[in-house]
Amino acid sequence: MNVTTNTRAERMSFWEKLYLPEIAKGLALTFKTMFKPKMTRQYPEERWEPLGSYRGRPVLVLEEDGERCVACGLCSRVCPALAIEVQAAETARDKERYPAKFEINMLRCIYCGLCEEVCPEEAIVMSKDYDIVFHSQEEAIFGKDKLLVPIARLQERLEFLRQYK
Amino acid sequence: MSSLAFTLVKGAIALNFALVIAAALVYLERRISAWMQYRIGPNRVGPFGLLQPLADVLKLYTKEDIVPYNANKTFHRLAPIISIAVALAMLCVIAPASYVLLEDGTKLFIAVAPNVNVGFLLILALSSIGVYGITLAGWSSNNKYSLLGGLRSSAQMISYELAMGLAAVAAVMLSGSLDMNHIIASQAGGRWNIWFQPIGFIVFLVASFAETNRAPFDLPEAEPELVGGYHTEFSGMKFGLFYLAEYANMFTASAVMTTLYLGGYDMPFLPQLLGLQEGTVARVLFELAVFFGKVSVLLFFFIWVRWTLPRFRYDQLMNLGWRVLLPLGLANIIVTGAIVFFVR
Ligand code: SF4
Ligand code: SF4
Repeated sequence: MNVTTNTRAERMSFWEKLYLPEIAKGLALTFKTMFKPKMTRQYPEERWEPLGSYRGRPVLVLEEDGERCVACGLCSRVCPALAIEVQAAETARDKERYPAKFEINMLRCIYCGLCEEVCPEEAIVMSKDYDIVFHSQEEAIFGKDKLLVPIARLQERLEFLRQYK
Repeated sequence: MSSLAFTLVKGAIALNFALVIAAALVYLERRISAWMQYRIGPNRVGPFGLLQPLADVLKLYTKEDIVPYNANKTFHRLAPIISIAVALAMLCVIAPASYVLLEDGTKLFIAVAPNVNVGFLLILALSSIGVYGITLAGWSSNNKYSLLGGLRSSAQMISYELAMGLAAVAAVMLSGSLDMNHIIASQAGGRWNIWFQPIGFIVFLVASFAETNRAPFDLPEAEPELVGGYHTEFSGMKFGLFYLAEYANMFTASAVMTTLYLGGYDMPFLPQLLGLQEGTVARVLFELAVFFGKVSVLLFFFIWVRWTLPRFRYDQLMNLGWRVLLPLGLANIIVTGAIVFFVR
């Protein structure tokens, strides 16, 4: 009979073929691991606070005298997922234009951050919200009521943008 | 109370107990596996997540029961029943404690079927029937993956049953009886078979991992290559029964190993120290605690090994069974036989 024993596996000694010593090593490792600290985060109670560089859902910056957005429509043009709809209207304030309607379809948004990048006014920025829930398709379209966020809560992201954009 | 009624009561208690244990094992398995992987595991349902198995069973009951169009309906229904029935039937000869001495001098045995003179043979026979459940499940689903799982299972069980039987023969030779109560009595006072039969114990242990389809021998349900193996086409409580059967089998295998190698409910010195007389209720409770303590150690070992070792390749499995365990078992019998013959 022409038996070739070329591979290392076939040349294992009897004890190695029994696997027992290696098994004992493995068992010791898993047993030690049982008493190590756990890595799981208990999510709803323990929330994760992202850094400024995190791209959560896009929001509109709300200053003391109203929103920053001038309804130029650039974000809407650049959005690769066609998620943004802007309708401009005139206002008596200095900037002259404001969005009468600003909607982001959160089922479409892919959190790419292009809208933020293209905005000339730094009026749309990525927030830290990562748990976005809705029960119907209609609910998923966020209007100005949900999009406008006071500037105080976006400081970290704005600073990040100033530094790296 | 007539003895038949008493046996039925004992049987009912044993069945329910085994099912509760199986459910608890599912919880423990998930918890321990989580700890071994730096996770926490189920902890939401009830205190410490203890009600998780209950929630799982409720979910399984409310699931749709899907039977493949071309499946053999009869066997598809029969297979999970065989699996769970065999796993539970083995419990009947297991003796978790000795007996209570009644006032009129009769002994009230705790085992469901005490003093069956072929007790251990019965267990081996029943465990071979268990393979039908899995093989039929694989065959009747009319799915190639399930069929492969079923085939693997039969090949694996046949290979390892031999080694298991051989290992057991040596232990039985030492005890001189197949009766479970006798086997335990012969190990009384700490003369457990494991001290005299370390090799036999290891062979038996490895073989029972294979018999219960537990990792590292869970080839019949290998997820990566067989989707789910024999239970791919089962849903709802039919799947649940297979799942329960796996854990019930684990429990039975641990109980058998405890009886055969770890001295069953025997614990040297302690009962004498505590002043527990044989035949009293207190002694029986103590024995139950000892027995289930030993069984839990083995059960933990089952879970521990599953989350440590990767699955064997098919040829490795066959090599280990036929080229390592079988010769070891045979040599063990010859050596034991010679010693028993010349020493006694
Ligand atoms: S993050 Fe990207 S996808 Fe989402 S609204 Fe902005 S440009 Fe569109
Ligand atoms: S958010 Fe920025 S880019 Fe979009 S319409 Fe307003 S000003 Fe223009």
